[in-house]
Amino acid sequence: MTLPSDPTHFTLADAREAVATKRISSAEMTGAFVRAIEAARPLNAFVTETPDRALAMAGNSDKRIARGEAGPLEGLPLAIKDLFCTKGVRTTAGSRILSNFVPPYESTVSQNLWDAGAVMLGKTNMDEFAMGSSNETSHFKPVINPWRAQNSNQALVPGGSSGGSAAAVSGFLCLGATGTDTGGSIRQPAAVTGTVGLKPTYGRCSRWGIVAFASSLDQAGPMTRTVRDAAILLKHMASVDPRDSTSVDIPMPDYEAAVENGVKGLRIGIPKEYRLEGAPPEIDALWAKGAEWLKAAGAEIVDVSLPHTKYALPAYYIVAPAEASSNLARYDGVRYGHRAAGVKDIVDLYEKSRAEGFGAEVRRRILIGTYVLSAGYYDAYYARAQKLRTLIARDFAKAFEHCDVLLTPATPGPAFALGAKSDDPVSMYLNDIFTVTVNLAGLPAIAVPAGLTADGLPLGLQIIGKAFDEATVLRTGRSIEMAAGFHAEPAAWWRIR
Amino acid sequence: MSVDKDTVRRIAKLARLALEEERVEPMMNELNQILAWVQQLEEVDVSDVAPMTSVVKQKLKMRDDAVTEGGDAAAITANAPMSEDHFFVVPKVVE
Repeated sequence: MTLPSDPTHFTLADAREAVATKRISSAEMTGAFVRAIEAARPLNAFVTETPDRALAMAGNSDKRIARGEAGPLEGLPLAIKDLFCTKGVRTTAGSRILSNFVPPYESTVSQNLWDAGAVMLGKTNMDEFAMGSSNETSHFKPVINPWRAQNSNQALVPGGSSGGSAAAVSGFLCLGATGTDTGGSIRQPAAVTGTVGLKPTYGRCSRWGIVAFASSLDQAGPMTRTVRDAAILLKHMASVDPRDSTSVDIPMPDYEAAVENGVKGLRIGIPKEYRLEGAPPEIDALWAKGAEWLKAAGAEIVDVSLPHTKYALPAYYIVAPAEASSNLARYDGVRYGHRAAGVKDIVDLYEKSRAEGFGAEVRRRILIGTYVLSAGYYDAYYARAQKLRTLIARDFAKAFEHCDVLLTPATPGPAFALGAKSDDPVSMYLNDIFTVTVNLAGLPAIAVPAGLTADGLPLGLQIIGKAFDEATVLRTGRSIEMAAGFHAEPAAWWRIR
Repeated sequence: MSVDKDTVRRIAKLARLALEEERVEPMMNELNQILAWVQQLEEVDVSDVAPMTSVVKQKLKMRDDAVTEGGDAAAITANAPMSEDHFFVVPKVVE
């Protein structure tokens, strides 16, 4: 095995091998990441760095390795999106209202990772309550994408809401990271940072201990530099959890073994509705190239139709705010979180604490959600949106009668400049046009880096699978990854200051 | 459908979200922009369609109605902005 000289550039799979065979200690590797994170503060990828905890965990890992008691992720440093509750470590959800919240318990997903031996480097920045597609709604300032266009030093967004995790993976600040995906929040930032992001089937990973946004859409998943690494992390994030009533007890195949199975004989569906008028020609060209790659690898390309695709985003912007308005009712300034000063009574306390604690996008979504659920409007908005969801899920079911997975673009374009879409909420929402359908239907999907724009910015392709068929999604993703041969890295401009 | 300023004030009240008077009109405009955009859902005939109630096919799990953890008032009130003797403190509610 030839490894890069800098351990921060190992893949998760290589790092696992190197630590297990004692070519490098976890302490040494973790120290390298701690220094890389420190040097990358201009990216603002982390809300909270936990170097002391990381080095202590690494030391314990090295002891377990020495005793022959290593877990499957022993000593491997990861970053955790600041939406996962971590016991004793501040968890903010990117919001002022939780800026001083220290959970007394650990989320199931992060506990699973620690039980497997992984090391926590810190908590990554994100759009406030995961509501955003650019990381600009974070109370803790935007994350900067490690990528820049050629011959430009303009700061670009890393996508969102898991933008901190995407930047940390792309900038070599961790081996992998956790993300959550409600409308595209793993796949869209992965695509615009040249990384791999997997949204598992709804119910595959427990939602317990993840700050809730839209409960029927939220799902945790891995963000990594390779498809194999995503398969490894998914295995150790997923579990059957009695504390999440929607956690599903369906056996998990060996994802990592499935990755190399190839696509020979698979039927790949190309949904014609994903061809957007006015989309940059590079997006369509990459999509066509992706289909060619899979065909060359032995797959059959099938044209399919998902007729209700155009209604997915508007339906989402009813369902998600409705659920958010309900979930965020708990922030009252009484039990935890920000509390306004100088209030005259209890209602004043609620109203002022919430107005001060929530940012503009969150307030807007709470009001939309409250409106669409309010008496007299429920049927016109919420019930209609849920019916559209049925139709969207039915579209997928029909398409999957003719194919095994779907291939689509991941985003309508590459990373954009900070502030470019902040003035118009609807134009910001359109970033998730290719990803949001999947959440509405609960399906698994992966974004895989597949190429660069003429300006040298990464673009991704998305593979959508049948419910609980992450294995086929992963092996198709691996096939794209191999054919694309994507090895580009962002120039580490943040180190040269 | 669109919202007027009174509706914006009413839903802000329902959501327990203080909204300064000068923010009412801009918020109304933002909400109407979004509502105008979601209005395209009305193009679709949904008369014979059942609303989705479960994302993946599954029977909701039942568990024993039993106490599994608890008895840790200190941990529960640890994040409270104001607490006293393991009680949450709020402004006077009853005269």
